[in-house]
Amino acid sequence: MNTNYELIAGLEIHAQLSTSTKAFCRCPNRYGAEPNTLVCPVCLGAPGALPVLSKEVVKQATKLALAIGAEIHLHSRFDRKNYFYPDLPKGYQISQFNHPFATGGELHIAVGTSVRPIRITRAHIEEDAGKSMHLADGSTVVDMNRCGVPLIEIVSEPDFREPEEAGAYLTSMRELLRFIGVCDGNMEEGSLRCDANVSVRLRGESELRERTEMKNLNSIRSVERAIRAEMQRQIQAYESGGEISRQTLQWDDQSGKLTPMRAKEGSNDYRYFPEPDLPWLEITEADIDCERELLPTLPAARRKRYREEYGLHEEAVYLLASDRAISDYFETLLVDGRAPAIAAAWVQGDVQRILNENAWDFTEFPVSAARLGGVIDAVEQGRISRNAGRDLLRRMMTDTRSADEMISAEGMEQLSDATALRGIVRELLERFPSELAKYREGKTKMIGFFMGQIMQATKGQADPNSSREILMNELDHSN
Amino acid sequence: MHPRIPSPAILRQTPSKLPEAVEAALACAREHEDLGAYLTLLEERAREQAAQVVARVNAGERLPLAGYLVAVKDNIAIKDVPLTCGSKILDHHPSVFTATAVERLERAGAVIIGKTNLDEFAMGSSTENSALKQTLHPRDISRVPGGSSGGSAVALAIGSCHAALGSETGGSVRQPAAFCGVCGLKPTYGRISRYGLVAFGSSLDQIAPFASTCEELYPVLCAMSGADPRDATSASAPVPSSQKLTEPDRKLRIGVLRDYLEHESLAPDIASASRDAIERLRSDGHELIDLHLPVLSYSIPVYYIVATAEASSNLARFDGVRYGFRHPEADELSQVYDLSRGGGFGPEVRRRIMMGTYVLSAGYYDAYYNTALKVRRVIADALLDALSRVDVILTPTTPSTAFKIGEKVDDPVAMYLSDVFTVPANLAGVPALSVPWSDDSNGLPIGLQLIGKSFEEEFLLRSGMILERLRPTT
Ligand SMILES: [Zn+2]
Repeated sequence: MNTNYELIAGLEIHAQLSTSTKAFCRCPNRYGAEPNTLVCPVCLGAPGALPVLSKEVVKQATKLALAIGAEIHLHSRFDRKNYFYPDLPKGYQISQFNHPFATGGELHIAVGTSVRPIRITRAHIEEDAGKSMHLADGSTVVDMNRCGVPLIEIVSEPDFREPEEAGAYLTSMRELLRFIGVCDGNMEEGSLRCDANVSVRLRGESELRERTEMKNLNSIRSVERAIRAEMQRQIQAYESGGEISRQTLQWDDQSGKLTPMRAKEGSNDYRYFPEPDLPWLEITEADIDCERELLPTLPAARRKRYREEYGLHEEAVYLLASDRAISDYFETLLVDGRAPAIAAAWVQGDVQRILNENAWDFTEFPVSAARLGGVIDAVEQGRISRNAGRDLLRRMMTDTRSADEMISAEGMEQLSDATALRGIVRELLERFPSELAKYREGKTKMIGFFMGQIMQATKGQADPNSSREILMNELDHSN
Repeated sequence: MHPRIPSPAILRQTPSKLPEAVEAALACAREHEDLGAYLTLLEERAREQAAQVVARVNAGERLPLAGYLVAVKDNIAIKDVPLTCGSKILDHHPSVFTATAVERLERAGAVIIGKTNLDEFAMGSSTENSALKQTLHPRDISRVPGGSSGGSAVALAIGSCHAALGSETGGSVRQPAAFCGVCGLKPTYGRISRYGLVAFGSSLDQIAPFASTCEELYPVLCAMSGADPRDATSASAPVPSSQKLTEPDRKLRIGVLRDYLEHESLAPDIASASRDAIERLRSDGHELIDLHLPVLSYSIPVYYIVATAEASSNLARFDGVRYGFRHPEADELSQVYDLSRGGGFGPEVRRRIMMGTYVLSAGYYDAYYNTALKVRRVIADALLDALSRVDVILTPTTPSTAFKIGEKVDDPVAMYLSDVFTVPANLAGVPALSVPWSDDSNGLPIGLQLIGKSFEEEFLLRSGMILERLRPTT
């Protein structure tokens, strides 16, 4: 790519809020139901029906605004965005135009080793449209279940200079939305969607050139690919003496091609005006404080703590701070004074392995932090070996007892009694004279053989440290 | 007033007469079918409702509207009953729910007789814009009954009901009330839930009742009033309990809009009727105060910008995609929109959608819509300021009495000026009442308007009783 040019790109993210009802009616907000079953006169735009804003929407929007450090406006207003489309039953979308819910804020992205802030322009509340499905016979059917589902639209400043930065931002925003529980971030099901604005200019230029808009970027990878493709197209156009005109492009993920949408669709005059059916959205400082108190410590702050106070390595830092459930689980393990590095190793190692084997989401992991904590404590106190602990955790998938209950009920206490262990070692040395001879000839790896035999003889309950000590003693001193 | 059906007071005392009264009301409506007041008579439904009311009263329920027979303008939804809005585009599509106002009337014991004719989507001042029927003036069938709630006004004037619901955006109840010689009240914006009223200009629309007298109107208003969780613009202002309405126990300070009495379009008979009313009020001991509010002269242009802008958006849902009229020749999507809307809406509705679309368009928004919003604020402030200095403001309701059918259909601006005295109350959101006063030289009713303070409908109606007492006997 011609490196004389730099990219100027911004993203608009539409996140479906995970409220129990739609934004302006009491219909359930749920994905995957039979088409047109989650509808009512309000979301179908029946003549005479009126919208009433759900308080839950405001709470979730407040959370998001706080999490990105945006300024929440105590008075914001809804507007109508007017256009005709079969999946838009009222002929307008309720959105916010002149007086958005929140403005400003930023989100930090990590690209390579550097972390930098991306500025956010605004975040506003709006309603989703229905879903048109074009059938093979050329006809179109519409599912209105999605109509009226609350969205928050988050608009970034044109701060991206590399396609990967846009990808990192989307990753980061998705993680944040999920972390604070306002959106499930599922891009395949469309609960998180993304549009991009792209222009390029020669390095050193101060003016912005004409930009294009790309719709339908429905994965992090396609955001990066589409921006890269459009960047190349624009550079080629300028280099061959052409111009870029403002237009809306549709990204096709399969072919990797951008096609212009019909000019008619791209140049809509939406005729925004204040939504007369809804009063100003008033929110108080007290409402905001209430949400602020409920807001969890965010990933960025957790990472900083894990890195600087706990001294965890980067891989663990990211794993343990990106998902709210895992992170809270990890932090619960630390409550009883357990060492962060040890707790991290269990979550990152054993727990992750079990999740992978079962193809489970973390929320499906059946062992509570308290029970895993019991396992960790038993290992750390030397009551069971690390291997026995690992085994215990696996058995907890189907056993609901605590670690202590299981250990005592099954006599799993580790054997560290010196007299007993010495008896076992002596017996083994007598049973394997040729192996003993080999050791005496200098084959030190026979130590491993004897350790294995000790573990086998004690069904893994022998304390490895004391066993090894006694074994060495007996090997070197018995004749 | 009701030659055919007993008054609500009588029916309330002897509820057993209610089924009989319903039959009389239905017979009256059928007998006057040529006047075109009704679009749908809810015969079976009304009979069932009447039986239920009798049973509820006999079971000891106290129903403030027991005995009230009510007609409802056909832009107000009743479940499973066609909701036409006087338009072809809805194609007799039945509503899937009932408007809050109607629900509350029925809960209070009212019986709904039928749905009445209107200008298509309430856009008009003569009911001539109905795509379904012509409604005629009950005293002179060559004349219009006013509009857009003309059907409801006529249903009441012929005695087929005790009260009727209309809807107001710029005078659509007060103007036909004046034309037909009945009372019509536009309540404060937010007083009555709009849930179930098909929207025209949402920031102006209010469901508004007609009745023969202020006293009979009051319980209907009370039953419908109050906050509704389904309408975010409904007001939580306390609702007066419906007690027997009496005249105020003190003399009033009454504002008189001189600009209106000297208005160029004011018919001489109405001007003299207004002067007569002022004299009679003065002799009755009230204080009359001249008001000068020149900014009100901008009301009509402001109104037509705000109302049409909102209408252009409110009517976008009638697109032939999901329900209602879809043009048979529409193949592809743009044709479904163009042909269905072009063929389904009548000329006045199309005109207003185009005006509204224009004033909201990029490049024109500030010059028209935004400016209109600012002037609306100035008008409202001027009216509210004037109301802070008086108890009520007296004006004629209309510049003329009922005009001839066809007289103004080709001159939309002349038609729009029918609302010149009524529109300011809608722009300011304050309540206003039209009370019949006298007849003009053609024997056509003249109405006088009282404009009141926000949420003081009770006082406004009590003041209206003074006019009812003082009006010349004919
Ligand atoms: Zn719904």
